[in-house]
Amino acid sequence: MFLINCPYCGERDQQEFKAGGEAHIERPKQPTELSDDEWAEYLFMRKNIKGIQFERWNHAHGCRKWFNMVRDTSNDEIKLIYKMGEKPPSD
Amino acid sequence: MSENLRVKFSEYIDETIRVSFKFNGKTYHGFKGDTLASALLANNVHLVGRSFKYHRPRGIMTAGSEEPNAIVQVNDNTNRTEPNVRATEVEIYEGLEASSQNCWPSVNFDIGGINNLISTFIPAGFYYKTFMWPSNFWEKYEYFIRHTAGLGKSPTKKDPDIYDHKNIHCDVLVVGAGISGILAAKNAAKNNFKTLLVDEKNELGGATIYQNREFNKIDNESSSDWLKKEINELKNIKNLEIKTRTSIAAFHGYNYLLGRENLTDHLEKKEKHNQIRQRLLKIRAKKVILATGALERPLVFNNNDRPGIMLSSAVKKYADFFGVKCGKQNVFFTNNDSAYESALCLYNKGIKVNAIIDIRDNSNSKIVKAVEKAGIKIHWSHTVVDTRGYKRLNSVSIMKLSNDGMIVTGNKINISCDCLGIAGGWTPAVHLFTQSGGKLKFDEENKVFLPNKYPSDQISVGSCRGDFKLKEIINNLSINLKEFLKIEQVDFDKINVESEKENSKINIWLLPSDKAIGKTKPFVDYQNDATAKDIKLALREGFKSIEHVKRYTTTGMGTDQGKLGNMHALGIIADTTGVKMGELGTTTFRPPYTPLTFGTIVGRNVGEFFDIFRRTPMNDWHIQSKAEFENVGQWKRGWYYPANGETMHQAVQRESKAARESAGILDASTLGKIDIQGSDASEFLNRVYTNAWSKLAIGKCRYGLMLNEDGMVYDDGVTTRLGENHYIMTTTTGGAANVLGKLEDYLQTEWPELDVYLTSVTDHYATASICGPNSKKILNKIIPNLNLSDENFPHMSFKEAQIDKIKCRVMRISFTGEHSYEINVQASYGKSLWDKCMEAGKEFNITPYGTETMHLLRAEKGFIIVGQDTDGTMTPIDLQMDWIVSKKKYDFIGKRSLYRSDTIREDRKQLVGLLTDDPNIVLDEGAQIVSELNQNPVQMLGHVTSSYFSPNLNKSIALAVVRGGKNMMGKKLFIPMENKTINVTVANPVFFDEDNARLNA
Repeated sequence: MFLINCPYCGERDQQEFKAGGEAHIERPKQPTELSDDEWAEYLFMRKNIKGIQFERWNHAHGCRKWFNMVRDTSNDEIKLIYKMGEKPPSD
Repeated sequence: MSENLRVKFSEYIDETIRVSFKFNGKTYHGFKGDTLASALLANNVHLVGRSFKYHRPRGIMTAGSEEPNAIVQVNDNTNRTEPNVRATEVEIYEGLEASSQNCWPSVNFDIGGINNLISTFIPAGFYYKTFMWPSNFWEKYEYFIRHTAGLGKSPTKKDPDIYDHKNIHCDVLVVGAGISGILAAKNAAKNNFKTLLVDEKNELGGATIYQNREFNKIDNESSSDWLKKEINELKNIKNLEIKTRTSIAAFHGYNYLLGRENLTDHLEKKEKHNQIRQRLLKIRAKKVILATGALERPLVFNNNDRPGIMLSSAVKKYADFFGVKCGKQNVFFTNNDSAYESALCLYNKGIKVNAIIDIRDNSNSKIVKAVEKAGIKIHWSHTVVDTRGYKRLNSVSIMKLSNDGMIVTGNKINISCDCLGIAGGWTPAVHLFTQSGGKLKFDEENKVFLPNKYPSDQISVGSCRGDFKLKEIINNLSINLKEFLKIEQVDFDKINVESEKENSKINIWLLPSDKAIGKTKPFVDYQNDATAKDIKLALREGFKSIEHVKRYTTTGMGTDQGKLGNMHALGIIADTTGVKMGELGTTTFRPPYTPLTFGTIVGRNVGEFFDIFRRTPMNDWHIQSKAEFENVGQWKRGWYYPANGETMHQAVQRESKAARESAGILDASTLGKIDIQGSDASEFLNRVYTNAWSKLAIGKCRYGLMLNEDGMVYDDGVTTRLGENHYIMTTTTGGAANVLGKLEDYLQTEWPELDVYLTSVTDHYATASICGPNSKKILNKIIPNLNLSDENFPHMSFKEAQIDKIKCRVMRISFTGEHSYEINVQASYGKSLWDKCMEAGKEFNITPYGTETMHLLRAEKGFIIVGQDTDGTMTPIDLQMDWIVSKKKYDFIGKRSLYRSDTIREDRKQLVGLLTDDPNIVLDEGAQIVSELNQNPVQMLGHVTSSYFSPNLNKSIALAVVRGGKNMMGKKLFIPMENKTINVTVANPVFFDEDNARLNA
């Protein structure tokens, strides 16, 4: 059971949060310009890494804000939490 | 049986309070402080159960929660009955009733015992291999197997007890109140850490309390006396909370632990009344100190499971702690010095010890010398090769071990005994550590798995980290505590500890016998009756991974999770395959450490609190009107309103006719309502709905369809423009929360530049929907000053109005196809709004209708219900709703997916109407549809999604999804049912009032 440091509310129990899948997958600005394959890449393809993964989380039973999390899926260690719109760390 | 096996009363037994209890129907006496196990042993009862597979007589093996054999059913034949309770953990109280499990008709004469005689034919995997054929016979086999197997009976009635949950936040949690745990907790609390100390037993002190007094000394006192003084001091320490009878069941990530606090199980029946029985503790600790100790290992040899064979430490604990001698003729069998401690303890109490059998060839430790001095015969380099006594051990046979320990030689010696204490060394209790994600390392020298890498802010101290000697425990505890708590000193830095320095041992995982292994019964997992033979069989059959061997032999899969035998299983696999134990790894220890009752897990969330219900402000009226309710999401919705003993069908037919012929009223308060404001509100709706919104005039309503990005229909509802930058969106009842979540997601993550604010107002409004040809007249009576002419208030428009002084929002919208109005008021006025509607509608026989009639009426009109006629694979095109998909808009959620190669396939399932050839037959929802009856295999074209008998059309109607259905208008299809085939014709899904004339009637 994670203890998640919501960037708006502070440390809260995992029960208050909802996981929202892989982060930094931007919705294409001009979907109509895309081929089926390109659109499918956005729509379906997710990495599901064992190890360091960038994820979206939502404080659903709290401030309802979305934010980003860097998590090691092999041991559930939360490496970093940062707000939506902020750039992911490069290393 | 009444002979007194008490030796000397220890301070933990209150001999002034005699307690009577029943076991297997017979009354026994014990004393306050006894466990069921100690009291039975004092009554010379060793035989307490039958084994799982072979139904072999089994006795009490341990004195703790690791007990594999003595698992009993308590409070049998009551609604408090509980199976799989360890007799070693049950504290007796006046009136306790317990009985043996897994035996019939009785533990003394058990029919299943025949399995033991034919056990050669029941190897590992027997059930998998044997009952495979013939396959349709499984039900018959199962009936027999279920009756002869199984551990205990679950209660058949509602649990009458109260359970509770409690959240605890602490700086330091210490698990285990042995000497390490006590000293750790005391020093943490003294250094201003808010500390919680828990122990599964009722007394603090762990094993130190009954440790050998001669050889373990602190400051020249026996370690147990010294520790008792420490325990006495604990109550004066601030910041320290102690919970006994509290077992930690699970250790999850981020130092989140679940504990079970047992509050009343040890109390007399009358004291239990109305008390919380058990409490689930949800503990979030900043730091965790595990001081869970170590479990003594048995030895694996032929027939090592007879009643009377016990762990050596248990024999000692029963004598020392409970004052009970487990046998009159005791023998110990060991590979280390631990058994000597037990032997000496018994000797000092005047209990006879006949011999010690040691697989080592010598030991020079002080304790061994003391045993020699006491004149107890030691058989060095010997092993037990067999034991005798069916329901109680009566003798053991021993033989000399070869130098390599692989075979036995020489003559067999028989030694009579009624109790054999076995000592195979110690296994650190690393279960909680591994549950938390900790990685173990294997210590080849001592053959133990030890904590290696801590996944969170935690440490293991004492014997669970591999320190077994008192001196080493105290020294390491001091070092580790200082580092872990970042403190300068601990209060036990200056104590002088004396303890034995060494405990040499040799490990032979499977001890040889003079018989071939196939003829022996060396049990590894007592509870699941898995022997070394089974493990070797599994390996011969090709299972290599420890996880596979475990599942095939069921080793370690009992309620005790193989706390005693898992290491032997690993050792035997390692020896047989030639792989190092450290490389084999262990199986996964899973929570709970000891079993939990369901009551503890659910706590107060039972009955009506199991899941919350949402009720509309008109709920009381529905109840008074004898409505049948339907659960929609978390809402309780009126389903139908049977009058004068009507059946559901009759009620729905009556309600449906009334709504079309005069007036009906529906409680629509449950529909999701989202208030949308902001200068970009129109643009936002353009992006989330398939149709266009920019040109919707203020005061107008529009139906909208929302897709997922994959193009599939997600939700629908009517949205009304209240002002330039103000909309109110309605969603389906069940979808409201998800729709809000989805809209917020897009706003925050994809379109943060939009100026839009969303607020859920579902609970803020109560909604009455009145429909039917007389709805206009009724509304006119309620709000006389509102101009209801079609010019002023046309279909799909909105007015603000007042009923008396109460503001209301009225929408002229329709889900039934009738002229209808939705009146919204502040939720607290919902009941009076409803009463007013009923009063005004009286002369028109206004008829309340529920969700079933609503579904029927909309089906007559061919309106979809998201989630009933759609299932997450339907596009608007599939639903023949092309009209709602804007061709002009550049983008909206899901647009691009509507022309993916898959979504434009002609043979997708599409929504159609179905009419049965016989208009009286109502199809089953979910029934499969085919076009050819004599196909093999038959090809399913789709299924019926909605089906009703329409009283307004006087025939059966249905909606269905059918492959390529769009182009099948008028085609005959078939619905094969169990006993008949129903002929149907594909029809237009709009069955009633196709030109919408009634909307404006």
